[in-house]
Order: sequence, then structure tokens, then C-alpha cells
Amino acid sequence: MTASAIETMAQAQADSGPQNRAQALARLKFADVGFRLLTQLSATLVLLLLLGVAISLFIGSWPAFRAFGFDFFISDAWSPPKERFGAYAAIYGTLATSAIAMLIGVPVGLGIAVFLTELCPPSLRRPIGVAIELLAGIPSIIYGIWGVYYLKPIMQAYVQPAIIATLGAVPGVGLLFAGPPLGYGVLTAGLVLAVMILPFVTAISRDVFETVPPVLKEAAYGVGATTFEVVGGIVIPYARVGVIGGVMLALGRALGETMAVTFVIGNATRVSASILAQGTTISAMIANQFADADPGLFTASLLALGFILFIITFIVLAAARLMLARMAIKEGR
Amino acid sequence: MFIRTLISATIVAASVTCASAGDISGAGATFPFPIYAKWADAYKTATGDGLNYQSIGSGAGIKQIKAKTVTFGATDAPLEPKDLDAAGLEQWPMVMGGIVLVVNLDGIKSGELVIDGPTLAQIYLGTITKWNDPAIKKLNPKVDLPDLAVAAIHRADGSGTTFNFTNYLDKVSPEWEAKIGESTSVEWPSGIGAKGNDGVANNVAGTKGAIGYVEYAYAKQNHLTYANMINAAGKTVAPTIEAFQAAAANADWSKAPGFYLILSNQPGEQSWPMTAATFILMYKKPVDVTASNAALKFFTYCYDKGADQAKALDYIPMPDAVIAQVKKAWAADIAQN
Repeated sequence: MTASAIETMAQAQADSGPQNRAQALARLKFADVGFRLLTQLSATLVLLLLLGVAISLFIGSWPAFRAFGFDFFISDAWSPPKERFGAYAAIYGTLATSAIAMLIGVPVGLGIAVFLTELCPPSLRRPIGVAIELLAGIPSIIYGIWGVYYLKPIMQAYVQPAIIATLGAVPGVGLLFAGPPLGYGVLTAGLVLAVMILPFVTAISRDVFETVPPVLKEAAYGVGATTFEVVGGIVIPYARVGVIGGVMLALGRALGETMAVTFVIGNATRVSASILAQGTTISAMIANQFADADPGLFTASLLALGFILFIITFIVLAAARLMLARMAIKEGR
Repeated sequence: MFIRTLISATIVAASVTCASAGDISGAGATFPFPIYAKWADAYKTATGDGLNYQSIGSGAGIKQIKAKTVTFGATDAPLEPKDLDAAGLEQWPMVMGGIVLVVNLDGIKSGELVIDGPTLAQIYLGTITKWNDPAIKKLNPKVDLPDLAVAAIHRADGSGTTFNFTNYLDKVSPEWEAKIGESTSVEWPSGIGAKGNDGVANNVAGTKGAIGYVEYAYAKQNHLTYANMINAAGKTVAPTIEAFQAAAANADWSKAPGFYLILSNQPGEQSWPMTAATFILMYKKPVDVTASNAALKFFTYCYDKGADQAKALDYIPMPDAVIAQVKKAWAADIAQN
């Protein structure tokens, strides 16, 4: 029976005076079931979309996986004319820039959140909070322009020469900080990413920190705990699920960021020991080369890169879920 | 400008389909973009018909024409006659120009620095890493070269400019030929990648110690410092329209099937070593004959009326004999009704 048929029936009954109770109930039940089906459909649609993206990416990239096999993951060759492709340089660049971004962005972001919720004078709380939220709203291309016009020259003129002269001179570790100071590189890209993820870490951590019941903190202060002890022992443990959520969201953004990274990383399909050297990331490769990729192995290899990024992001999110589940078990919830 | 290329690359698929009915659509090389834009502007004023040209790089231009999303493709790396036949494409040279070296060094003005082919190859191979390297010093005894790292900027996208540049390095450096080779996109052993001629120009302008290769108009428009070069005859030449013309004068188009001709490292005392022609690709049997005819009408206009505009932007118009040859080829090969 169609919905319009029901409506006409209902209308007819309403016109014919006293209602039939059973029929009215059936109508309500139908609306209920209909609503459930509608929401269910929406939810399934998300799953289908996810599956569809994964499958179409995999089908598109299959020629590359078939041609290169496992070598695709460990080779840093990238030569369209010779049709030799490898994802290693792009995977390495993606992970390295994200790692640098997390290493800097997470502690700083948490620090800001702690300051805002625990230590900040109320008059400063709003301006800083709003500034952080505005930072989250800036389009990534703006960060790219900032990176290439302001950060990169500073890195080239001051920061990188200083790093090369000090850390670069240390035997062993020095390899990580070697090379000419060209401004462009993995470190610069990591720094831009760190600034980009900062608001995510801060905004979410601040919100969850504010959910910590004041009575817990007051009790701790009451027994003589310092602010540092309260934050480390009460606030962060209480809010860690939310904090980890924010960190993972930030990591997701760092892994997939395209334009800002493309501007400053130097777009070189090489793997270097030094974090000052130029590199590339998966999304930067795709942005730079997809327009002129020939159909065939070139396009398939770029799609394969996309598929790998998809998998990496999936693993990150799955790991975060797993971590949260483990914590819940430990706490006996 | 930097952003423009990045954006144009991503929106190309959308914009070519959105082109209004009267517009001619084309995509490809960034090298001739300044002159194509100028011609399109003049043509629009004269006839009312617009041109929608996406400067997304030669590699992308070839891809777009093969995908038949545009009426014509533009490339600086000519397709070989056998590839043209396989795809059913017609190819002809539209205009010629010079690829110049641009540098960003404090206190060094245009034309003060001299670079030769082998040294250039060493720079892009990554074996010369400092500006005060003995090889550069030897070529520039009077220039005060700084103890600064060389940031060699190259194209990150598939590029006809890169094709002509690496073709030149192939001819002057056996090491380059053995290790890297010539192509629209090579495995750069060092340096920084940027997208489009304007991307390279922008990166050079913003990076101390940078060197890059761009079409002359980009160097001029962005007020970049260019370097002189030593040509095949061993003479130091400045990048001027006369030097480009001297190199172009060597070309014998009548003996080149499919107009396949590369102009790098030409003999002659005046010749600029990195001169290049840029080409148009169109189907011999077009899907949309009306659009194809409109495009040919535009190209006829460019050949007949566009020479002065080309010269004003330091491009070299094709000689009359070549234009006659091209028109003959159109009449013979391209279905026009």
C-alpha cells in the first residue's frame, strides 16, 4: 500500500466522522516503520558510499598493483615516460610530514587547551578561544601561501642554517638534519601542518576538558595537588577519550592535506634521510600529476596512491577505536 | 598567478564542459599561454568568438585531446609521426620562443651571469651544490658569487618546457643522457618541483639562490633575473628575440614529417641554445566539425594577423613558408565539413 493511498484512506475516515481506532494505530505504526527505514537507508548509504569509494579506487589501481606487485610499496621510482612507478617516496613523505606535525602540534595544542580551561584569566579566555576557532576555519590554501611566502624564506635564511650548523654536525643523528638549506622540504611542510592541526587539537581538548566535573578537581586541589598534578592526574585521564578523538581527527587532516603541503614540500619523488630535504606526499603527487596522467599505468599508479592513503587513514582510525576500546575494558566499563 | 595554475589544473574538466557554445576550447602547454591569451583577446574583439584555453601543461594537453574533451591540444613536446598516425591527430607548429634560465641572487643583474650546458647539467644533476663552485666561477671570473646553496627548480608536472630543456641537456651532457634522459617528466636527481611555468617563475622569485627554466615571457613579466648562455658555437649569447630567431632560422620544416622538429642547441654564433617551437594537436576527423572549423579559423587569424603581437611578447612568429605549408596540410588532412 502506498503512502498516498493511506493518506486518502485517512482523509476519508476523518470525513466520515468517528475514527476507527485500529486503523489509526496502524497508520501511526506505518509512520514509525517508515521513519526507521528512512534513517536506516541514510545510514546504509554512508556504508555503501565508503565501500563504493574503496572498490572503485581498488579497481582503478589494480593495473598498477598487478604490474609492480609488492615492489610498488618499496620502490621510490617515479618515471612516467619509462612507466616505472613506486609509492615509497610518497608514503614516506606523508608519514614523515604528519609525524612532525603531530610531534609539534599535539603538545602545543594540549598546552593551549590546559591554559584556556585551567589557568587563563576569564577576560582572555574568549579572545584566545575565538582565535583558535578562526584558525580552524582558514582554508588550507591560505596556509600554503603563508608557508611559501613567509615561513619558507625564514626557514631558508635562519632556521635551517642553524639546524645544519648545530644538530647537523652531530655524528649519526646529523644525517637527519643534513643538506643544503633550500627552505622547501619535509620539515617546512611538517611545520605548516602543525599550525593547521593545532586548532583541532586545541578546540576539541578544550571542550572535553570543560566536561571534567569541578568537584573532582576541587577535591584534588583540596588534598594539596599542584595545577600540574591536577591536569596530569585528573583532567587528562578523565578526558582522554575526547583528547584522543581530537588528536586522531588532526592526524587525519595532516595525512590528507594537499595544497598547503604541495606549496612547500618541494615535490621531489625521493626519499632522503634528512628532514630538511625535499620530498612529496601522496596527495601532493596526485594534485601535481593527475591532470597530465596518461590513461594506463600512470593513472592506475596515482589511483593506487589514493587507495594507499585511504588504507593508511583507515588504519589510523581503526587504531584509535581499538585504543579507546582497550581503555574502556581496563576501566571496567 | 601561482594559484591560478594550481586551480586551473583541478578545474579543467569542469571548465571545458562549461564552455559556452561559441567558444573554442583548448588545453595544454603553459609555455605559449601568454601569447595565446593575447591572440584570444584580439580574436574576441575582432569576431566576437571567444577562446577557452587552459594552460595545464603539455602532458595534460595531450591527455585532454586524446580524451576528446577539448577541440585542440597544445604541446611543446611534439608527438612523433607514428604516434600522430596512431591517434589520428594532425600536428603543426604555432609559434616559437626561447626558454631562459632565471636566477635569484642578490646583487646579480640580468645578463651578468653566464652558464654553459655542461655546468647546467651538473647543477640539475645535483653535483654542483653551491653558487661559488669552481665550474660556475670559471665561467664568471668577474662576478662575486656567494657561498650559497643552489636551489634548482624544475617542473613537477608533465611539461613541454621540461622536454625541450632535458633535450638540450641530453645534447650537451653525456652524463645527463646516460642517467636522466629527455622527457616531459624525468626523475630529477635533486632540486625542487613546481607546477607550471608560472610556478617555477614564482618559486625562483621567492627563493634565494634559486635557478629555474621558464619561457622568456614569464621571466620578463615577473621581472626575473635571467642568465646568459654559451651556445653550440661557443659564444656567449643573451636571451633576445634576435638570438631565438637565429636558432629558429636553422629549422627546415619542409623536411619534417608531422612538423616534428626540435630547436635546441642549434649551430650559429647568434643562436640561443634553448629555443623551442610549440605545437597544436587536432583530430583529422573531428567529432565536432563546427568546433574544429572554428578553431582552424582562429589559428588562421593568429597566423595572418598575430605576428606583431607575438613579437611584442618576444615570441617568434612562424615564417610565411611554414604557414603556407601548415595551411596546405589542414586542407589535405582535416575534414572540414
